[in-house]
Amino acid sequence: MRRVLLLALALQCLPAWAQERRSGFADMARETQAMQRDDAANPAMLWVQEGEAIWSRPAGPEGRSCASCHGAAEATMAGVAARYPAWDEASAAPIDLPGRIAQCREQRQHAPALARESQGLLSLAAFIGLQSRGMPLSPPADGRLQSTRALGEALYRQRRGQLDLSCAQCHDDNAGQRLAGSTIPQAHPTAYPLYRLEWQALGSLQRRLRGCMTGVRAEPFDYGAAEFIAIEAWLAERAAGMAVETPGVRP
Amino acid sequence: MTPRRLILAAPALLLLPPEPARASAEAMAEALRAFTGGAAVTAGRVALEISPLVENGNTVPLSVMVPSPMTQAEHIRAIAVFNERNPQPHVVTARFSRHSGQAMLATNIRLATSQTILAVAAFSDGSFWSDSAQVIVTLAACLEG
Amino acid sequence: MARVLINIPRNIRAGETFAIRTLIQHGMESGYRPDGAGGVLARDIITSFTASFDGEEVFAVDLSPAVAANPFITFTLRLQGSGTLRLRWRGDDGFDQSEIRQITVT
Repeated sequence: MRRVLLLALALQCLPAWAQERRSGFADMARETQAMQRDDAANPAMLWVQEGEAIWSRPAGPEGRSCASCHGAAEATMAGVAARYPAWDEASAAPIDLPGRIAQCREQRQHAPALARESQGLLSLAAFIGLQSRGMPLSPPADGRLQSTRALGEALYRQRRGQLDLSCAQCHDDNAGQRLAGSTIPQAHPTAYPLYRLEWQALGSLQRRLRGCMTGVRAEPFDYGAAEFIAIEAWLAERAAGMAVETPGVRP
Repeated sequence: MTPRRLILAAPALLLLPPEPARASAEAMAEALRAFTGGAAVTAGRVALEISPLVENGNTVPLSVMVPSPMTQAEHIRAIAVFNERNPQPHVVTARFSRHSGQAMLATNIRLATSQTILAVAAFSDGSFWSDSAQVIVTLAACLEG
Repeated sequence: MARVLINIPRNIRAGETFAIRTLIQHGMESGYRPDGAGGVLARDIITSFTASFDGEEVFAVDLSPAVAANPFITFTLRLQGSGTLRLRWRGDDGFDQSEIRQITVT
């Protein structure tokens, strides 16, 4: 009996990634889950539709659309979102999916830049993300990302803000407990970009991270900051193997 | 009041919060009266479905269904949904036709706080029936500025 | 033009009740949100949704600021034959959008 108790105690002390991993989907109300499951009711699908239109729309002086190079997204983008953040050869730095889309837009289509969190960039990220739905999150086994992930983990464990809290303190140590009326999720990035009921709009993972940083009364990093890419890389490692849910719904 | 006294009084006046627009039981009753024309409303025959515990008041799924043959002789003309504590008492008012098949409406609503929701159906025989639900609304733990 | 998603079932039989689900992209600014400068953001909502079949109104909803953003509306129909469905959303600031769909009834 004592051995069982000791084992149970030991399991409680394990961080989230060693405990059974649980998507935020499991922590939300039945009605919200139903909204995510139903493509006819999931408001994020409105942005996916926009993304699909942008995909085929010529842009820039050469009149190139995403489809001009990439063909049908259903075929060529399958599994792509699941492999981000990745290493970008051109800039010799890690890059997330919205960063990659913006880079393609500017450097290959020579089209006007798509700003972070703009409707166009969110729509494309949602459309491309959908092509990986159901597939396991597969962070690339690229040694060059190792220091990025290490930085991400350090940032994840660092206390910040007036409330002096780290991500780990809530999302590893207290996942499953309650903060005000809400259940604290393990904070996996599998459903982004997602429709957040709080925003009544589609938003990126970085928007959510900024929200959390504001929540602990820390100065949030800028959109596109290297710190965010690093945290995303760490979160992807931590969630490796979990199913992509993009585009999700969260409360 | 001399101009100087008015200037001195101004900061105190600015401290008064503006009157918040707020529905109340009276406003809901008023809106209900406008829908029914003052006719009596009986609880029953209407099925209002809404979760009793809502995790975010911004988007709350709601559905109202009234069993009815929906024939020319016997049908539901309209369903109105009211709330008690949003800034104004109306939510939605739906009107049906001979092609409706069913008196049903489903949508997502906003709830400012925990409150009572009332669904009222206008029957073709001139009667009004209703269903109500008590909903507890929780907020997100960290509100974005 | 706001993005719209309309879900109409495939095999509709005459006389059988079926559901139509609609989603439209619209912020539904309630008119109660503070604008950060002491005032409120002006109301900008969809105020009405109507469905007409072959020109005859078959369903209508009046919306208020209490309807969530990106309005999701589900309603039912029972038809005897095929025809043209017109869905129309109207609202503040002259918002007026219609979508036409052919409904096939067997």
